[in-house]
Amino acid sequence: MSASAEEISTAPALRGRRIIYRHSLVVRATHWINALSFLFLLMSGLQIFNAHPALYWGNASTFDRPFLALTAEEKADGDVKGVTYILGKSFTTTGVLGASRDDDGEMTARGFPTWITIPSYQDLATGRRWHFFFAWLLVLNGLVYVGNLLVRRRLTRDFVPSGREIRSIPHLIWEHLRLRFPKGDEALHYNVLQKLAYLSVIIALPILVLAGLTMSPGMDSGFPWLLSLFGGRQTARAIHFIMASYLVLFLLVHLVMVLVSGVFNNMRSMITGRYAIEGERR
Amino acid sequence: MTRDQAPNRRQILSRAVAAGAAIGLAACDRISQDSGSRSILEAAETLTRSAQRALIGSRKSLAPEYSEADISKVFKPNGSTAPDDPDYVKAREENFANWKLVVDGLVDKPLRLSLNDLRALPPRTQITRHDCVEGWSCIGKWTGAPLKEVLRLSGLKPGARYLVFYCADTLEQTLDGTGQYYESIDLVDAFHPQTILAYDMNGASLPVEHGAPLRLRVERQLGYKMAKYVMRIEAREEFASLGRGRGGFWEDRGYEWYAGI
Repeated sequence: MSASAEEISTAPALRGRRIIYRHSLVVRATHWINALSFLFLLMSGLQIFNAHPALYWGNASTFDRPFLALTAEEKADGDVKGVTYILGKSFTTTGVLGASRDDDGEMTARGFPTWITIPSYQDLATGRRWHFFFAWLLVLNGLVYVGNLLVRRRLTRDFVPSGREIRSIPHLIWEHLRLRFPKGDEALHYNVLQKLAYLSVIIALPILVLAGLTMSPGMDSGFPWLLSLFGGRQTARAIHFIMASYLVLFLLVHLVMVLVSGVFNNMRSMITGRYAIEGERR
Repeated sequence: MTRDQAPNRRQILSRAVAAGAAIGLAACDRISQDSGSRSILEAAETLTRSAQRALIGSRKSLAPEYSEADISKVFKPNGSTAPDDPDYVKAREENFANWKLVVDGLVDKPLRLSLNDLRALPPRTQITRHDCVEGWSCIGKWTGAPLKEVLRLSGLKPGARYLVFYCADTLEQTLDGTGQYYESIDLVDAFHPQTILAYDMNGASLPVEHGAPLRLRVERQLGYKMAKYVMRIEAREEFASLGRGRGGFWEDRGYEWYAGI
């Protein structure tokens, strides 16, 4: 995720088209390992969540007052109905949240549906195995990525916007909504919306990991400040869930942007490093 | 086939994505069930245990303790809540007056301790958070005999590495007897100051649903390590020859032996 301006071709085949070397090998490798880890962590995380699909604030669970709960109710005719509670409001979410069809096609009480959990069937023990394996991979990979950023002094340059850039946000949002993206020299670097989006992920992931570690009774004994930082174990569990939800939102926006701003060029730049810049130089 | 019936590009693409996702999910299910690939996933447990033990200091760190005001009004019982094993039912009906905790195995002096014997040991009271592997937490006040005090009475032979807790409850009906609850901890946790054999909960005798007459508290690990209805403690060199060989009822069913996370 670093925008490099090192040009590797100054004699473009097309007029006004340049190929630059945008992403280093470290960035490309860590990006894909991160993507893979996040996918497995998300799906095994939802498996773990399904073991007790309710969230609370504080240290202990107030079972009668969850702020979010995915529940199932049996209707008079014997059918199972999925009900989602958020902050005291209830919604019928049969088929997706609270109750959905299991691998045998039976409507079953289940927080999240089979197609988004690992394993697909209810199995907390195995979900935890997947989760902790990929948690290690995500953390070690993240350390390599951030270490590389710091050593190469790219963190502030690539991701922290200037005051001028921040003032340009409304204009840039308007341009994005019209699917008009920066060209030429402007495209050599991340624009302010990209900077903020990627920066938010660089901040959200450590919070997510720390909140995850706060759920560990072992870690809480060695680092009780984790509990103070997050406001209790159950709050940490809720923040872990909320941060994961934020990253899902980021991922959706990220994928849409990859698709609409030149999917071939974007994919090539994250696989080979080469990125084509259209438009004239200033 | 008319044009209307032919799937368009978007339909083909979305079907391809759905098929790819289904294959991916099925592959995950297969990996979950294959012992070879599972052992790769399970390598994370060794990493977690080593890292946590190094980070938190094996013996020193204490689990957070809470105030009386923090005690949960509803403490959810889990696993067995009313064992119907005949010996247990008899002991319960006698209010555990004739019940004895057996301490044996690789000890210098095997013991048979009554509840009064245990109560005579220097007690420890702690208000701690109980974290279930399912994700919920409850806070309770526990009073009991520190395990290290019991081990001081019995002594340990040099080969002893683990303590195994045999419980009265059968949590799953099996033909080979592997449905009996048991747990094991190593000596790091056995000698930890907060590791107690609790006979009181929230200032009263331990209720049956929470493991009367005696339950283990291992405060730096998850709830399933804290065996209820403890009948016998055995000091051992290994646990591979017990049950299905993984050191506990839930461990035999895929859960981590080290439950610090």
